[in-house]
Amino acid sequence: MTILANETDLLKVEADRLFGRKKLTSFGLPAIVIAYLTYIFFAFDIAGLTQRFEVDNARALVADSYSYKTHIARDNRTGEIRAAIEGERKGTYPNGTAPEWVTLGDTETVIDLDDGHVVTFGADNFVSYDVPGYGLITAQPSRAKGVQAVLPTDETPEWINASKNRMTITTDAGRLTITRNRTEVFRYFTGWELFFFTLDSPYSGLSVGEVFSRALGGEHAAIWQDFWTNKMWRHQDVAWAISETILMAFLGTMGAAIVALPLAFLAAKNFSPFMVVRQVTRRFFDFFRGVDALIWTIVLSRAFGPGPLTGALAILITDTGSFGKMFSEALENVDGKQIEGIQSTGAKPIQRYRFGVIPQITPILLSQILYYLESNTRSATIIGAITGGGIGLMLTQAMITQKDWEEVTYYIVLIILMVMAMDWFSGWLRRKLISGNESGH
Amino acid sequence: MYEQAPPFRGACFLNERVVMTDQVSSVGDIRADYMAQVRRKRMMDGIILVVFIALMVTGFVIADDRNAGGFWDGLHRFFDFPKEVLSEAIEKIGELPANLLKFLPSLMETINIAAASTLIGAMLGMMFSLLSTRGMAKWPRLIPLFRRVMDIMRAMPEIVIALVLIFIMGGGPVPAMIAIAFHTAGALGKLFSEVNENASLKPVEGLQSVGASWSQRMWLGVIPQVAPNYFSYALLRFEINIRASAILGFVGAGGIGYELRNAMSWGKGQYDDAMAIFLLLFLTIVAVDQLSSVVRERLTDGKTQKVPS
Repeated sequence: MTILANETDLLKVEADRLFGRKKLTSFGLPAIVIAYLTYIFFAFDIAGLTQRFEVDNARALVADSYSYKTHIARDNRTGEIRAAIEGERKGTYPNGTAPEWVTLGDTETVIDLDDGHVVTFGADNFVSYDVPGYGLITAQPSRAKGVQAVLPTDETPEWINASKNRMTITTDAGRLTITRNRTEVFRYFTGWELFFFTLDSPYSGLSVGEVFSRALGGEHAAIWQDFWTNKMWRHQDVAWAISETILMAFLGTMGAAIVALPLAFLAAKNFSPFMVVRQVTRRFFDFFRGVDALIWTIVLSRAFGPGPLTGALAILITDTGSFGKMFSEALENVDGKQIEGIQSTGAKPIQRYRFGVIPQITPILLSQILYYLESNTRSATIIGAITGGGIGLMLTQAMITQKDWEEVTYYIVLIILMVMAMDWFSGWLRRKLISGNESGH
Repeated sequence: MYEQAPPFRGACFLNERVVMTDQVSSVGDIRADYMAQVRRKRMMDGIILVVFIALMVTGFVIADDRNAGGFWDGLHRFFDFPKEVLSEAIEKIGELPANLLKFLPSLMETINIAAASTLIGAMLGMMFSLLSTRGMAKWPRLIPLFRRVMDIMRAMPEIVIALVLIFIMGGGPVPAMIAIAFHTAGALGKLFSEVNENASLKPVEGLQSVGASWSQRMWLGVIPQVAPNYFSYALLRFEINIRASAILGFVGAGGIGYELRNAMSWGKGQYDDAMAIFLLLFLTIVAVDQLSSVVRERLTDGKTQKVPS
């Protein structure tokens, strides 16, 4: 009886200890996580982020990603009026023409900003802006006397920013900026401007139906040409860039697999009898994997210059290491019976590998290769941004200008669609090839 | 030496043979049919191989064409740059320890970015995975929505988010951390939900019967079952994220990548710095790689671990 009691005591002590340990982990682990995140909070100066956060940049980015503005500008020295989308040369209306909401006259130009907001460019640089519910603002900019603005009220409302040489009026309908040398009106529109045709194309501004009927009327080649060579959105270059990125991923992944397969045999215990060879090959794999794709990219771009080939080779070299390791592990798990069976029919070594080993490892290899193909599409975008090639480069270029955010948005959407398409494609191929092998089709 | 007969068709032949035992010609028919099949399969394999080789060759030619420098011109220059760096580093070998020490803080920053983003990404991924697994989801109707969200997060390359965030909040580790955490949440969410699918629902039902809330059911019923697998995947991700955070540093997000870009842009004369950074990065990646494979093996000892796919 005493022995039994002792045993239960022991059990109880053990159970208590077990529970104590469980308690420690279930409270200790979250505590460690919180402590680490607190450390990160201070190490990364997240509190100081609010000061560094540039609200204007964020606002410009978001607004620009779904809307665009048309500039109507008058040079106050020559009196010349130009209309341009986003103020870019590529989006400038031909001389003497303007959007339909602008009425060009000999002495007076009327700009209708909708909702009753009307800006008028009069003779001798005179400008008036009729703001509904507020009144008529006039200005007579001149080089000698500044803007000379006249407001209907004594007090300046907060949406008008006026000084001697500069006045900015920001309303919901648009924006008017007057300086001594230049008077400029912005009107905002939703959408991506000139996505299909630029202004110099005869098809710009036509409705979808009209373009279609013209295409059926035999102009499809010209229409396609104008769309494809659109200077603003550069559809042709974008298509090339995306195919370059996919090409980098494809060449890199497949090249790595081709290089890694024979090397994996040298690194697998059951195929490579010499310890030295095995160890050397494995260290090679570790080296290729350990030197990051970033460093390979730098080294390669010094030799081959920027471009898709450099990106493909960087992926190829890094992944040779990864594939070599994985393939040799797969080879070590191969079932020996099948090889013996083939050997018993008098097969030579090459035939033993071809019919005894390869069929066993093909499904594993294929699924790994296809998984890497998808993940390398993303890597190719990143490598392209560093070394110059593909859609990654176009993205960084568009970002550097800091104003083409609609293009940045367009590229981001395309990149996500591209990666998702590759994900879907590799999954589809994997299912098709691997399940196909199993059921014998 | 014939290719294995496809098992399914083979089974059909067996049946046929049973039916046609008394027909003398049947064996010859089967043999001819089998040979035809093998030929067909070989031809298909051959066609696929030819198409594949053609794709590889044309792809290589196109890539070579669109590259700034050609492959064959550059090949002999491949070792020029490593040689330059190495020779300068060997010249100043005495400064190497000091240089290694100099870049240790920025290496720490890179590792911190990776660790913090893995941690945050794993927590988000855990939430997403629980919300998108059948039988565990809080709102079963929203499962497809959460899955699509994870797909999009996974498809987003880190550099895209990092560049946008650098524009908004300036350079530094935070944009990189957010960018990597975002992608990690999607990637781990998918792997975690695969783990969840293999978890037993009985503890969840038990907890539900005593009136536990959703978060209690998940925290006490599911997490203890899946924690080792979660941890192993998160470690694998940590390894990947160290590489990613080094790359993001190169485009301006702080850490060792930033130092590397500075050292590279100085060019000759600073290659000893570049060498020290190369070394640090290499050693870190190899160390984390080895450590994580040891820990993962111990975590899943006995259990066979699935390759992340």
